[in-house]
Amino acid sequence: MKKWQCVVCGIIYDEAQGWPQDGIAPGTAWEDVPSDWMCPDCGVGKDEFDMVELS
Amino acid sequence: MSAPIVIVGSGLAGYTVARELRKRDSSTPLVMLTEDDGAFYSKPLLSNALAKGKSADALVSADCDSMAAQLNMRILPFSRVVSIEPARHQLVCEGQRLDYRALVLAVGAEATTLAIPGIDLPGVLSVNALTDYRPFREQLEVAKRVLIMGAGLIGCEFANDLLAAGKQVELVDPLATPLAALVPERAGQALATALTQAGAHFHLGRWVASLAPSEGRLQASLSDGQATLVDLVLSAVGLRPRTGLARAAGLRCGRGICTDAQLATSAPDIYALGDCAEVQGLWQPYVMPLMSAARALAATLTGQPTARSYPPMPVIVKTPACSMVALPPPAVAGEWHWQGTGVDLQGEFRDPQGSLRGFVLSGVQVAQRQALLKALQYSDNNEQHSALA
Repeated sequence: MKKWQCVVCGIIYDEAQGWPQDGIAPGTAWEDVPSDWMCPDCGVGKDEFDMVELS
Repeated sequence: MSAPIVIVGSGLAGYTVARELRKRDSSTPLVMLTEDDGAFYSKPLLSNALAKGKSADALVSADCDSMAAQLNMRILPFSRVVSIEPARHQLVCEGQRLDYRALVLAVGAEATTLAIPGIDLPGVLSVNALTDYRPFREQLEVAKRVLIMGAGLIGCEFANDLLAAGKQVELVDPLATPLAALVPERAGQALATALTQAGAHFHLGRWVASLAPSEGRLQASLSDGQATLVDLVLSAVGLRPRTGLARAAGLRCGRGICTDAQLATSAPDIYALGDCAEVQGLWQPYVMPLMSAARALAATLTGQPTARSYPPMPVIVKTPACSMVALPPPAVAGEWHWQGTGVDLQGEFRDPQGSLRGFVLSGVQVAQRQALLKALQYSDNNEQHSALA
């Protein structure tokens, strides 16, 4: 499981957690997140997320 | 050695161009000049960091040195550009001259201030950058009651954030509803209702006539003769693009620095984007247009001239009391159609042919955002098809 971070606002998408509020189940890999999903904090698109190392 | 690409400004626009450039080209010399410390921080979070429990420093995701290393770029912090000499492809920065191959102006905007008595008093602030935000947070520590001048996007977001942190909030705006520049009255009214329920006190259709010190606090006198005592005043009455440097260099400016679709200004090899730029007559000081501009500009600067694309770019209003997403329609004939009740509204702006041209969603209806964006793109496509037919 990897984590992805929004380059604009820093929010982290954790594949293990998913994003249940938007219907993305825990364990959803980043590539399976819908391409039109947007950052819940600042509204930028999926393109604006970079992979970050698991700490 | 060839001259570098020089970026002026280390805000979201400047850093996004640098990042997009580096995705395409890892070695072209890049130099960034900035008046502040060059730290990269999350601008959108300035207006909701309190409720998220984040300090000013926690908004910094990387300091100047790590950004320089990450982007293989020379960054000169605390460096003010004095002038640009387009004919020589040079800029003057505190005594030194710097050659550029291409120059990117990403100098942002500054907060507008009203010319009223007392506007210069301590305790009267505006916040448009992390450097403004630190003193704001310090003064907020001891403030109970805050007056916000201006109930636009920034004023409303800060109001919600301050309420969530337990502050008393007075919002003053000369217009009849909040967010009037972005959404129709009905949606603005929904936001006013939600923020009022959360504890905000609105003074709409009024303005602050003067501010004066009073027993260690500030007395705000309003246009209707009322007066209110507060601890802090946040001025959020608007932004003005920084055009001074560009104007002095003879670049064409309107409200912002004028550019074409490829972000090129009227001078050769000088580009502008972000809150300082007026792209094809449009000034859109929001995150999404900036990201789209940065991507196009990075392509242009690496040899693939690219026009900025204009996908529908909804504006997100970060007011958790009543979330809102707005896509203001273009200036075309049409009318608003509403569904929903209370603060949960879905407004669709349809032209006389029935095509969706803009929308506003509030409360639980923001979940409809994707569906409406798809409907909008669909009607856009249909329009292009019928134009071709």
